[in-house]
Amino acid sequence: MKRNVLVLVASIAAIGLTQSVSAGTLEKIQESGSITMGIRESSKPLSYLDGDQKPVGYHIDICNGIVEAVKTKLKLKAIKVVHQAVTSQNRIPLVTNGTVDIECGSTTNNATRQNQVAFAPTTFVTNVRMAVKKASGIKSLSQLNGKPVATTTGTTSVQLMRAHEKGQGVDFKEVYGKDHADSFLILETDRAVAFVMDDNLLAGLIVGSKAPADYEIVGEVLNIEPIAIMMRKDDPQFQGLVNAVVRDMAKSGEIDKLYKKWFMSPIPPKGENLNFPMSEKLKEVLKSPNDNPAEQYNVKK
Amino acid sequence: MDYHWNWGIFFVQVQNGDETYLDWLINGFGWTVAVSVSAWIIALSLGSVIGTLRTTTRPWVVMLGNTWVECFRNVPLLVQMLLWFFVVPELLPKDLSMWVKQDMPAKEFITATLCLGLFTSARIAEQVRAGIQSLPRGQHYAGMAMGFTTPQTYRYVLLPMAFRIIIPPLTSEFMSVFKNSSVAFAISVLELTFVSRQMQEDSEQGIETYVAVTALYFLCAFIANRVMSFIDKRTRVPGYVSAK
Repeated sequence: MKRNVLVLVASIAAIGLTQSVSAGTLEKIQESGSITMGIRESSKPLSYLDGDQKPVGYHIDICNGIVEAVKTKLKLKAIKVVHQAVTSQNRIPLVTNGTVDIECGSTTNNATRQNQVAFAPTTFVTNVRMAVKKASGIKSLSQLNGKPVATTTGTTSVQLMRAHEKGQGVDFKEVYGKDHADSFLILETDRAVAFVMDDNLLAGLIVGSKAPADYEIVGEVLNIEPIAIMMRKDDPQFQGLVNAVVRDMAKSGEIDKLYKKWFMSPIPPKGENLNFPMSEKLKEVLKSPNDNPAEQYNVKK
Repeated sequence: MDYHWNWGIFFVQVQNGDETYLDWLINGFGWTVAVSVSAWIIALSLGSVIGTLRTTTRPWVVMLGNTWVECFRNVPLLVQMLLWFFVVPELLPKDLSMWVKQDMPAKEFITATLCLGLFTSARIAEQVRAGIQSLPRGQHYAGMAMGFTTPQTYRYVLLPMAFRIIIPPLTSEFMSVFKNSSVAFAISVLELTFVSRQMQEDSEQGIETYVAVTALYFLCAFIANRVMSFIDKRTRVPGYVSAK
């Protein structure tokens, strides 16, 4: 028994020490004739499933542009695009282990993640704020002292709230939903008076709720987060191609067009309109595309 | 695989905080043990009563016990958790409902413990019933012949034997309580599974996180197993069913 445990520990450690060398993504696509795209099922409007369970969204459209560029570069007649649904828990492991070649979801680019993966230039910037019921009269985080506040398990918002509490000397009673839909239900059923999350996700949840007019997004910005398409690290050829495509799309105004299509017009499946104008920060980023992590957007004062 | 390994991650400070990831894990482990042990106490007491009632001769008492068992056994634990958390408070009067939802102290812990306790009580009730019914009828008659009342027959003759017989299935049940407590993360209890998701997100060292959490769950269940095995050895009746 003891020996078996030792063997197990040793083999896990051995996996840790092995640095395997993997072939580049472009070679892999050339050989297999297919690319695996990581998609989200409900990150509206960046990446989600429409009425026919087909992946659609702002980031899916950008990724389709990248696939076209790969096709041209490799001189292939067609590339089979395999869609692989990912969650916030498994998206990074699936990219690093080679299952997913390019993740087109709603992933925040931050410094710890850059240890594991590479990011395309930022294509969306989100502000972490809160959704409240209009009737509650809450306008600022300072009004939440001693009140129950919801957020979703396993998101950056959890730690942002704790940091804010410590910095401002306020005390929230945190309630954690297992996913965004549950967190919104917590707000809807008055288990919490506010739901702290990325503002574009909040806007999507409010538009899809039973009474969109009852809710509003208010309060200070807790954090600014660049959202980007994700791919494997240490693969300069593929990264270079993706970066070039995204830069071109930003320069040619293609991204502006896609932004209007997904954030300012009716979108599937129900034809609702998020009416979510482009932030000044995103306009600025699109002028000089870069893959700076969130830390550089939130320099501590 | 292009994974960036870092087994030292447990001693690294978390983002936006003073504590280390190890502190998080210890904290989560504490909640897992607290929820599991409290739920086990509820489950064992309620399960014993209901299981015993199901072997009595009063039809309506037996039916009550059967209903209890079937209700809690036939609905998935996760669904039960969400029912207790989201639906039950809505059925209460408005003021009480708001109090339960916003001001009740340790509301997530109480809800999760109650839910897990009731769920497990149905399973224990079934085992207690089976244990009592596995005894030869003669034991009941022997109790009656001694002049015992029905409660006395149960207390001094049937239950001491039945509980010894069902120690092996109870052991599995005790281990299951620890594993089932992981579902409590869905209703905002900061136990191990919650911590694993949070740590995975915060550190991006998913494999190290899940290996550590797996080891901690294994430890819980293994200790539970050893404790029950100790009780089994100490209470064994020589020459009877479970004795070797």
